[in-house]
Amino acid sequence: MFNSGSMSRNKKMKDVASYITLSVLSFIWMIPIMWVVMTSFRKESGSYTSYFFPKGYTIDNYVRLLTDNTQFHFTRWFTNTLFVAVCSCVISTFFVLAVSYVMSRMRFRMRKPLMNIAMILGMFPGFMSMIAIYYILKGIGITQSLAALIMVYSGGAGLGFFIAKGFFDTLPRALDEAAYLDGATRMQTFFKITVPLSKPIIVYTVLTSFLSPWMDFIFASVIMGDNYDNYTVALGLFKMLEREFINDYYTQFAAGCVLISIPIAALFISMQKYYVEGVSGGAVKG
Amino acid sequence: MGKTGKKRVLPESVVAGVVSKGDIWAKLSLVIMGIANLRRKQIVKGCIFLFLEVSFLLYMAKSGIEALKGMITLGTQTQGWVFDETLGIDVLAEGDNSMLLLLWGVLCLFVIVAFVMTWRANLKSALEVQELEAKGKHIPGFIDDVKTYLDAKFHRTMLALPMLGVLAFTVMPLVYMILVAFTNYDNTHQPPGNLFDWIGLDNFGTILGSGGLISQTFWPVLGWTITWAVFATLLNYIGGILLALLINRKSVKFKPFWRTMFVMSIAIPSFVSLLVMKTMLQPDGAVNVLLKSMGWIKESIPFLTDATMAKVTIIVVNLWIGIPYTMLITSGILMNIPESLYEAARVDGANASVMFRKITMPYVIFVTTPYLITQFIGNINNFNVIYLLSGGGPSTLDYYQAGKTDLLVTWLYKLTVSSKDYSYASTIGILVFVISAVFSLLTYRRTSAYNNEEAFQ
Repeated sequence: MFNSGSMSRNKKMKDVASYITLSVLSFIWMIPIMWVVMTSFRKESGSYTSYFFPKGYTIDNYVRLLTDNTQFHFTRWFTNTLFVAVCSCVISTFFVLAVSYVMSRMRFRMRKPLMNIAMILGMFPGFMSMIAIYYILKGIGITQSLAALIMVYSGGAGLGFFIAKGFFDTLPRALDEAAYLDGATRMQTFFKITVPLSKPIIVYTVLTSFLSPWMDFIFASVIMGDNYDNYTVALGLFKMLEREFINDYYTQFAAGCVLISIPIAALFISMQKYYVEGVSGGAVKG
Repeated sequence: MGKTGKKRVLPESVVAGVVSKGDIWAKLSLVIMGIANLRRKQIVKGCIFLFLEVSFLLYMAKSGIEALKGMITLGTQTQGWVFDETLGIDVLAEGDNSMLLLLWGVLCLFVIVAFVMTWRANLKSALEVQELEAKGKHIPGFIDDVKTYLDAKFHRTMLALPMLGVLAFTVMPLVYMILVAFTNYDNTHQPPGNLFDWIGLDNFGTILGSGGLISQTFWPVLGWTITWAVFATLLNYIGGILLALLINRKSVKFKPFWRTMFVMSIAIPSFVSLLVMKTMLQPDGAVNVLLKSMGWIKESIPFLTDATMAKVTIIVVNLWIGIPYTMLITSGILMNIPESLYEAARVDGANASVMFRKITMPYVIFVTTPYLITQFIGNINNFNVIYLLSGGGPSTLDYYQAGKTDLLVTWLYKLTVSSKDYSYASTIGILVFVISAVFSLLTYRRTSAYNNEEAFQ
């Protein structure tokens, strides 16, 4: 306002430059997304076309994806994934909160050793133990079932407690001590004091554990093998791109991608505040 | 650990305590678990101890000893044709299955560890009740014991199920696979047709040096893994910080809108976006078609089919996900830079670029160092981008079961799933662990999150 003329012109130039950069960048960022949406409405089938924009548009791909179950049963995959996601999300959230609360709030002899063990375990690549897990599940006789998938997704969840522990560390201890003085047990303190104060971290934990079954296809493919009925969405869509299917199903694959991405992206964007708080919780405070 | 003056209770000291201070019942507890508790009318607790001991002994007698023996030999009887005299023909005699023998052995080790811990708890409890009785105090009944698990021992209640899950789905499989790294469980030693056996550290020798094709694969793959991790981490970081600074400029309006545009690429499941990118980048894919129709190129660009080009493509495509991610995480940090720093600089007459170089950058680098390290280790293990985008390809005969863009983790995956070389896969897993562990140890222990965990409580 009280800047000199040249200063404000300089500033205006910079503003224009930033808007242009942002627009160009976000256009580039949107290309793959626009392209998959376009492909999902494309009238001509086939995986590769010799032109960029489709020649005709139709909603047939969506209709066939949802109703034609001869080769692929998309609606079933969707309900499978939803079921697995809800179950494993409930179990993992409980595991993560329980472990992180204990590690943050209670002091016992094995606390530091256990935390160090957890950190060491986390440094092994996850795929290393995949085959052993498969044989263990086979030993119990539950491979190719949704229960096995739930157990694999949530079984080891207790190890991922570091972020939630970091959050609990920031809650004032005085609150707990006041509760003990009033005669509350540790369990009552956890459920009545800590949980109500922990909304961001609970949302973060629920969100991440709910989303992972929608993304994973490696463990799912090892466990499910050829049991098409129990496929999850990610695994099924991955299957559609195999050589014998890709030409007939590419546009349906695109439709499936759009259908699955909309709810997940909406969930993520509406919860991103909690996600950022969860990931950077320690870092922001330095 | 251990540096506090607090007395540490080691297994020996409990046993020594029983021998020196324990009465006859406590001493009997060394052999018959729970008898001291039964004597002091802790019926339920005593019975539980006794029951656990009996079931452990039964298990050991029935299968435990066998399991341990099997784990040492890993089987002696190869499956094969044996002449059956009564039938007068060769019949297929079932051999030992080394894989199952090792699995039962590992399970047995876990059972033994659990039993030793129970046995110790039994001794501790025996001493406790003896002391209580000597002092003439009330000896808690079963109900009282249960109540402490909701209060003073609440941590045990809370940890029980999660630890069971971790033991079954992380620790046990991991112990199994680590043991496999010391055997020759590769594609020529597959049970049940063949046995595999302990070979000590040979796999490490094969992979790190003397193994011909395998070690000739390992070193280039390791080199590319490190190159990839360095480039992916640094470029994402720089790009993300710049984008965050751009969006957070005071004069830029509609900040949430811009942020959402970029965050879309993280919000969409990565298997969707990466698989789509993969088809777009094929020789006949959308990108080449577009460039051709605009007349910029005549021949298709070999985005994912040429080794060097594929490496560049992967790093560039990864920016599409990585830059917004860094932007999202660091935005909060940037907004938290204390305004007073800038005010002081302005008073001293610093201009915008000096303030950026002397205040913004040092501050951002300082607070995001832990994030940078996590990202680097995450990128060493970044399975999805490579597997979905290039599948490790273009494939080559110079490598054993790996393509030109395979990382150690994707190579490990291929060795497990397609060639069933479990021993090599496990060895590589251990090596990846060593790399991550060294990086973390060098840095993580210095961060404030680890050292000052009680700073905010």
